[in-house]
Amino acid sequence: MSGSRGKRNGLHQQIVLSGFGGQGILFLSRLLAEAAIAGGFPVLTSETHGMAQRGGVVVSHLKVGGFESPLVRAGRADLLLVLKEENVALHREFLAGGGVLIVNAPVPPDAGPGVRVHAVDADALALSAGAPHAVNLVLLGFALARIGGGTAGGFFCAPGEIREALSRRHGGGGSRLDDALSALDLGIAHGT
Amino acid sequence: MSDRILMQGNDAIARGLVAAGCAVAASYPGTPASEILSSIDRWRKKCGATMHVEWAVNEKVALEIAYTAAITGLRAAVSMKQVGLNVASDPLLSAAYLGVTGGFLVVSADDPGPHSSQTEQDSRLMAMMAKVPVLDPASPAQAMAFAGAGFELSEAFGVPVMLRPTTRVCHASQDVDAPPFRPPGREAARFVKDPARWAATPVFRRGLHDLLAGKIAAIAAWPATAPIRVNPDVSPVKAVVASGVAFAHARELFGELGISDRIALYQAIQPYPLHAAFIEHLLDTYTEILVLEESAPVMEMQIADRRRVRGRMTGAVPGTGELLPEIVERLLSRFAGLPNPGRALPVQGGGRRPTLCPGCAHRSSFYAIRKAAPEGIYPSDIGCYTLGINLGAVDTVLCMGAAVSQAAGFDYAHRISGGRVDIVATIGDSTFYHAGIPPLIDAVVQGARFVLVILDNGTTAMTGNQPTPGTGIGAGGETTAAVDMEGLVRACGVRFCRTANPDRLSEFVALLKEALVHARERGVAVVIARQPCAMVSLAAGGKAPDGIVITAECTGCRHCVDRFECPALVFDESTNRVRVDEMTCTGCGVCVSVCPVGAIRRE
Repeated sequence: MSGSRGKRNGLHQQIVLSGFGGQGILFLSRLLAEAAIAGGFPVLTSETHGMAQRGGVVVSHLKVGGFESPLVRAGRADLLLVLKEENVALHREFLAGGGVLIVNAPVPPDAGPGVRVHAVDADALALSAGAPHAVNLVLLGFALARIGGGTAGGFFCAPGEIREALSRRHGGGGSRLDDALSALDLGIAHGT
Repeated sequence: MSDRILMQGNDAIARGLVAAGCAVAASYPGTPASEILSSIDRWRKKCGATMHVEWAVNEKVALEIAYTAAITGLRAAVSMKQVGLNVASDPLLSAAYLGVTGGFLVVSADDPGPHSSQTEQDSRLMAMMAKVPVLDPASPAQAMAFAGAGFELSEAFGVPVMLRPTTRVCHASQDVDAPPFRPPGREAARFVKDPARWAATPVFRRGLHDLLAGKIAAIAAWPATAPIRVNPDVSPVKAVVASGVAFAHARELFGELGISDRIALYQAIQPYPLHAAFIEHLLDTYTEILVLEESAPVMEMQIADRRRVRGRMTGAVPGTGELLPEIVERLLSRFAGLPNPGRALPVQGGGRRPTLCPGCAHRSSFYAIRKAAPEGIYPSDIGCYTLGINLGAVDTVLCMGAAVSQAAGFDYAHRISGGRVDIVATIGDSTFYHAGIPPLIDAVVQGARFVLVILDNGTTAMTGNQPTPGTGIGAGGETTAAVDMEGLVRACGVRFCRTANPDRLSEFVALLKEALVHARERGVAVVIARQPCAMVSLAAGGKAPDGIVITAECTGCRHCVDRFECPALVFDESTNRVRVDEMTCTGCGVCVSVCPVGAIRRE
């Protein structure tokens, strides 16, 4: 069982990622999990596989710090990343009071009282960059820039740690890494 | 930089198996177990071990292959989803009597919820029926450790051992320290003939049953798999006994609710047979015992004193459904005498339903079936194409292979009662090989009248594109023999067997009508709808070069949206017309011939 071995001891962060099958939710949650491990945190995730991956609702849970259960309970998420706006109504119940919603939407939707909402039209950004399948990284880049990473109150990791995790995934280089980094940077530029 | 690595539960199970010297592994894909075998192959290549790794034609064959290796003294494993264990139950129950000489693990992944299954049955009940021990991991790290521990248990008693993860273990990921691989150079396979055991007739089976009962009694005292007490320093009057991921939820909540000093918490890693001394200890020590387990009361029914036990049998724990952490929180709060945690209900279900992928040829097949037999009955089967239900072209789904037998059953039921109906059944290629052949033979012999459409996309798509016996590719990407589907269908006695590309819609509708005429007059007709899975084609070659456009002629009639349901065709409420979603359109162009007014065109 995981203990508290984190370099930033005491950090506990619960994140829910929501979207449709095919949007790269699974990729995003694994990327974040790998960044967490590289940062010295224990990590637990829960993924959606099977029929839902055929365009249905897909959810990943990510718990960074010393946890035992792979699932985030309703009302406990610090952060909710939503790749399809219509999922906000379904999954905003995961958010804790004072939690942050990051959503792929042209205008910020109403997420109820006590929720801080940050919206970006990641679809339009990704399409304009000729990378429609990189919406996930655009949104992640936006989130990292908007709420901060590696700092108190922000993401458990900094943008540089995500870049390193991407680099490890893509074997340290190549055009796929370049494309991924461009998408991340596009999001960062719009979140700054 | 940490030396720990992220591992999915299924990947961790595979690593545990290969590291422990598993020599033969077989499986049939099924969520949530699918990734185990492909991971075994990956770890095998990484450590350079000589293994036989295969995607078997079905779970029964997979279990028999792995079991046989284990009676030659080798370590072997079979993996499947829980309904796959139903298919493999025949050899499992017999293998329990005969036992093994090498370690044998049956990995059966359950799906409480269910998230991607027909049932939320509990494989541990099957272990109980078969009288084999079962290990119930709470996390990927534990599942990895139990693979090795399972082999040791299996070899110590000469019995098959079940490893039962659930979806929340299989599809959880965690940072783990991966165990080193066992050094290569194992013993050679050695089968010692003993017909009284390996070919036991009923007269010997009674003795084997006695032997098995003795083994189970001894396993109920095996120290290595005894329950673990989380908080041994306190002496409360209440105890929680949990297994699987319900234990993980409970352990986290014990900390959050601050009840570790008030209630004893045990993890039962071997729910069957529950350790006899542990049952005695529970009943000697505690006045109330809450049992948290998924999804059947397997441990609960082994704790005999009904007055002290609370669980699924007493109604204290919901009798169906997944034990989500919100539910565990309520149960623990009530058990500890704390106030109800209030709102925080589980977030479950809802939202957009799954649908066939853009560019999927199954969509064309279903559209054509409804055109050719608009008043028909449409039995179907297990796979991506179950989603044909969205298109009104799937009326029944029972279990693997049942599309064929249900098609025949519908014909006989109508025939004897004087009715006549067109029946068009659909089955995927992998499902056809898995369980569709015996019912097809049966239908030919009985003179059943229906059309069977085999949706041949050359892969097991739903579970992540594993190869089928028709593809000529093995589990590790190696070349294998390939089965000739048309030859197989004809060899079953089918006299009408034609193959076509369903994306050529009008030709395909005409072929289906021809098949229907044959079926009405002469018996079973088979149409093989052959077009590669769009996911595979997209990965290989990308989108078609020319885009699809909607012209001003679109009347907003919704025919393409409702009857064809391609996710790339979106009805825009503001314009009352359809538009193409550039993010998802593959450019397959089948929709061009679907529009009744010709408003969908290729650029």
